[in-house]
Amino acid sequence: MARRWLVVSAALLLVLAGCSSRSPSGHGRTTLTVFAAASLNTAFDEVAVEYKKAHPGVEITFNYLGSQDLVQQMQGGAAADVFASADQKNMTIAIESKLISGGPKVFATNTLVLIVPRDPKTGQGNSAGITGLDASLDGKKLVICAPAVPCGATTATLASNLGVTLKPVSEEQKVTDVRGKVESGEADAGLVYSTDAKQAGDKVETIQIPGAEKVVNSYPIAVTASSRAPAEAQSFVDFVASEAGQAVLEKYGFGKP
Amino acid sequence: MTRTPLPAWVLVAATVGLTVVAVPLLGLAVRIPWADVPTLLTSTAATQALWLSLRTCTLSMLLATVLGLPVAMLLARLEGRRAVLVRTLAVLPMVLPPVVAGLVLLVTLGRRGVVGQHLAAAGIEIGFTTAAVVIAQTFVAMPFFIVSVEGALRTLDPAYEVAAATLGASPTTVLRRVTLPMVGPAVLAGMTMAFARSLGEFGATLAFAGSLQGTTRTMPLEIYLQRETDTDSALALSLVLIVLAAVLMALPAGVRALGSRGGRVA
Repeated sequence: MARRWLVVSAALLLVLAGCSSRSPSGHGRTTLTVFAAASLNTAFDEVAVEYKKAHPGVEITFNYLGSQDLVQQMQGGAAADVFASADQKNMTIAIESKLISGGPKVFATNTLVLIVPRDPKTGQGNSAGITGLDASLDGKKLVICAPAVPCGATTATLASNLGVTLKPVSEEQKVTDVRGKVESGEADAGLVYSTDAKQAGDKVETIQIPGAEKVVNSYPIAVTASSRAPAEAQSFVDFVASEAGQAVLEKYGFGKP
Repeated sequence: MTRTPLPAWVLVAATVGLTVVAVPLLGLAVRIPWADVPTLLTSTAATQALWLSLRTCTLSMLLATVLGLPVAMLLARLEGRRAVLVRTLAVLPMVLPPVVAGLVLLVTLGRRGVVGQHLAAAGIEIGFTTAAVVIAQTFVAMPFFIVSVEGALRTLDPAYEVAAATLGASPTTVLRRVTLPMVGPAVLAGMTMAFARSLGEFGATLAFAGSLQGTTRTMPLEIYLQRETDTDSALALSLVLIVLAAVLMALPAGVRALGSRGGRVA
């Protein structure tokens, strides 16, 4: 009985060890681990497909999470080759924690828009009659990001620039949660990035906010200090900034750097 | 009553098991900025979150008790396939991922939900209110109450109930004077379990109720948010939840110990 336990524990240890070894595996193939902000999810998937056409020997695995979470994971020793942040703040924290090699490069921008739900049956949008960040929001259910998260900081800056006081019914942790609450019709309006509005497709109607173009969120990308394949990592970073990479990002609603 | 000794490897394995739980708690104790804890815990955001959690968890616990007790009583009397069916339904929220619980509540009680659209037409909107928090917590916590009480009811010696009924007591009297007093400790344990589960509720609340200070942002949501900017504050709030959870888990055993010291039969 005792021996069987030993065998099981040994097997378990082997499995765990297997999980953490992220070595560039044999057969001349290299695996890049890219830590990318959650908002880059679908866009970077497609960028990777394009990249692999030019670099068939490189495999890419993504870890999509909030930029803050990604920095915390890297501080905790998680192995990454490339870090793409949704804001300058978290890239600065990563640099100060000596997690980054070389200088980061801004590869995309994002601005805020107001979205309102569309009725799934009739296709009619904006039943609450919202026109922008104005009196039309009075008594309506507005959802925004919490000021502590990047999209919320941008929201706060925009509101103060415009001199308006927002009265949200909920301050969400993630911009995708704001989008979800508008898509489901639970909220009457939500402030999200233009990329989220694009991803929501027919489920929402987008209202541009005059002045939002002045509050730009920049996305920096860099090779990590701990990368075991720095040359390949740099080539991925370069590809993201290249014309081909930029074309994909533009398709998903990102602005030029 | 003497028991046979455990094999040595069980003790070793048990030590490993306890270490798995203890080490992360120790990690928190080492990392936490103890000197700043009082300041961190008296911020408006922290006190509002704590107060909201205590209020909503008390309500959820009471709702879980009132709604769960009849279910547990019914369940304890069912046998065979019907028992399996009812039990699966009753305890399902216990094993659902919280975010799934939030989604099912949203598509049911949300503005466009099966029930919610009729409520909305009548001017009742649950989303983004404290009521939504209580509903989410009750939904996930009630199974813990039901399981605790049903277990006790099943192991109850039916002789007492039969004797009371033979002496002419009505079913309600049997329940009130015989059954419930005997499962009292299990009811208390179930209530604390329900309270503790409500206290930790996160995913369903986030998905269904939203997050606004003083209205829907309970302790776990506040911790999740504080983590973004202020790890120390998140750790201090975590400490409060850990202490509360520990007290809740020790409470039923403590009450039982006091009860037996007083000479009453548990």
